[in-house]
Amino acid sequence: MKVETKPARCKECGLCKANCPKGAISFSEHTNAAGYHPAVINDELCIACGICYTVCPDGVFHVLGKEA
Amino acid sequence: MAEMMKGNEAIAEAAIRAGVRFYAGYPITPSSEIMEYLSWRLDEVGGSFVQAESELAGINMVIGASACGVRALTASSGPGISLKQEGISTLCDEGLAAVVITQVRYGNGLGTLLSAQCDYNRETRGGGQGDYRCIVLCPSSIQEFVDLMRPAYELAEKYRTVVVMMGEGTLGQMMEPVELPDFVEPERHPWALNGHYTYKKIGIFERDSRKEAVELVEKYNTIKANEQRWFDEGVEDADYVFVAYGVPGRATLGAIRELRAQGEKVGLIRPITVWPFPEKAFAKINPNVKGVITVEENATGQLVDDAALYIKKTHKDRNIPAYALTYVFNTPPIHSIKEDYFKVKNGEIKEVY
Amino acid sequence: MATKERKVPALVDKPMDFCPGCGHGVVSRLIMEALEELDQLDNIIFPIGVGCSSNLGAGLECDRLHCCHGRAGAVATGMKRVNPDVLVVSYQGDGDAYNIGIAETFNAAYRNEDITVIVINNTNFGMTGGQMSLTTMEGQKTSTSVHGRDCSITGYPIRFPEMVAREFPGAAYAARGTVTSPAQINKLKQYIKNALEAQMNHEGYSIVEVLSPCPVNWGMTPIKAMERIEKELIPYYPIGEFKKRGENQK
Repeated sequence: MKVETKPARCKECGLCKANCPKGAISFSEHTNAAGYHPAVINDELCIACGICYTVCPDGVFHVLGKEA
Repeated sequence: MAEMMKGNEAIAEAAIRAGVRFYAGYPITPSSEIMEYLSWRLDEVGGSFVQAESELAGINMVIGASACGVRALTASSGPGISLKQEGISTLCDEGLAAVVITQVRYGNGLGTLLSAQCDYNRETRGGGQGDYRCIVLCPSSIQEFVDLMRPAYELAEKYRTVVVMMGEGTLGQMMEPVELPDFVEPERHPWALNGHYTYKKIGIFERDSRKEAVELVEKYNTIKANEQRWFDEGVEDADYVFVAYGVPGRATLGAIRELRAQGEKVGLIRPITVWPFPEKAFAKINPNVKGVITVEENATGQLVDDAALYIKKTHKDRNIPAYALTYVFNTPPIHSIKEDYFKVKNGEIKEVY
Repeated sequence: MATKERKVPALVDKPMDFCPGCGHGVVSRLIMEALEELDQLDNIIFPIGVGCSSNLGAGLECDRLHCCHGRAGAVATGMKRVNPDVLVVSYQGDGDAYNIGIAETFNAAYRNEDITVIVINNTNFGMTGGQMSLTTMEGQKTSTSVHGRDCSITGYPIRFPEMVAREFPGAAYAARGTVTSPAQINKLKQYIKNALEAQMNHEGYSIVEVLSPCPVNWGMTPIKAMERIEKELIPYYPIGEFKKRGENQK
């Protein structure tokens, strides 16, 4: 896993999906406690660029980072 | 040794000696000399002075400095104090300590520059929005004003509240011999904001307003029980007891002494705190007293409401009348108070309650 | 391939009550990132405005005071005067800083108080339901300009950072950024950092205004709201530094 998410915080605003350069983000079929479909990352497509972290207003994403 | 000083300048120097290290305010007659003096004096003691863009800004700067645990002061009068009310309410809400000086001047709206006691109701009832009270101190001389400055901060900090020092234009503008108090070394309070978050704070949406209100009532009850201050003379055997604060309180003291010399059984209660009102002084009044008489520098009679409330509360067996001698503005001369006393005694002036 | 860890600073790492797609969340995170990188997280007091900015006062675990509406400029002045070495950063909306608070905002800048002012400009009063503010665009429909803002009777949208740069020679830094894209967000973070560094070095007053989306009150999706900022707001409210550090008169 490259990016950890906190689905409970997601408000499904869609900014991460719109900005993801690899089309790696979709929204879950399930809803969180607030009634939103939280963002889900396709780890195979994800390149850990951190753009989702940068644009997310709700602190959903944690880019784990790794050594070369 | 006592030296002749102008009231506002003596008050400002006493503030420095009480540990005040921040002042923000806006000029207004008859309080301006306080800020004029502090504009250069604070600098000398390592404090900070801001001539604010308005009274509103002034009290909010005081909020900022007080939140950081510094003894902060603002002073104003009539309309300026109206503008400060939201800030005073906020200080009370946040449990911050501050002292506000008002040198009261007469009138509604812009009003006049004349010395008065027309803002009694506003100061004693917590003049802004909400459900709070400020401790209100009412000195009757420059010396008493100066001597109360340090206790004012001690009260404000003990109870985490606002202390209003309610003077009158006269107290700011006249000169009297004054002995200045010693210097207090200022210290920051442990609850101060210092950038390190050493004092934890509850988020605004997590506050329990019902619980806070109950705690506030407990605090106010403690203040009422412990902090009543007054001067009294001749109340135990008096037929009539005068009630007057501030400079009119001094004039009334002169009047009762002259009346006593003429054989009239009169006494005086001069409240030094008008909130909490000195109920304990009323308990000392002669059970057979014929009436209480307020002497006030306003037209509508404001102090008389409290005087009536407390004489009726402490002397429940009879309906003791409460009279108001209202002189609108400026200190009433002793002879006027004496003449009006006889009008009360002879039934020419009717009771208010 | 090496990748960098990106983690929300602990101070703001919590659920926020802002609406979906609101810009406040990004800006508050950027402020904390900047403070973290400048090693100032333990040296900060926030006087916080009234409005949606109040949400920051709710759960922020650091020294903060929720000010009377519009008065953060004055409260910040009092705080800074008695704590010259602590960073004092006011966090306010456009209604708070410009409408009701213009006297305090203006005068703090005028006196060149050594504070940093962050203004979230979303062109309306968000918290109270989207009323017109001083920054509402000409023709913009709000709940108090239902036919669109008529500037002939309500005035034109205010550009305060430009005014600071133009009129107050002592001010240290004035900029406007936005949150519409990763590139803009990174640029905004640099502006915030510049403002904080100006304060750390006692260079004078600093202000950063942020064009921020208010999708709910604008009646738009978060993505459309970002497009509106790019197409409508930026041409009127340019992004950039109007006064750079070192350009002020001392």
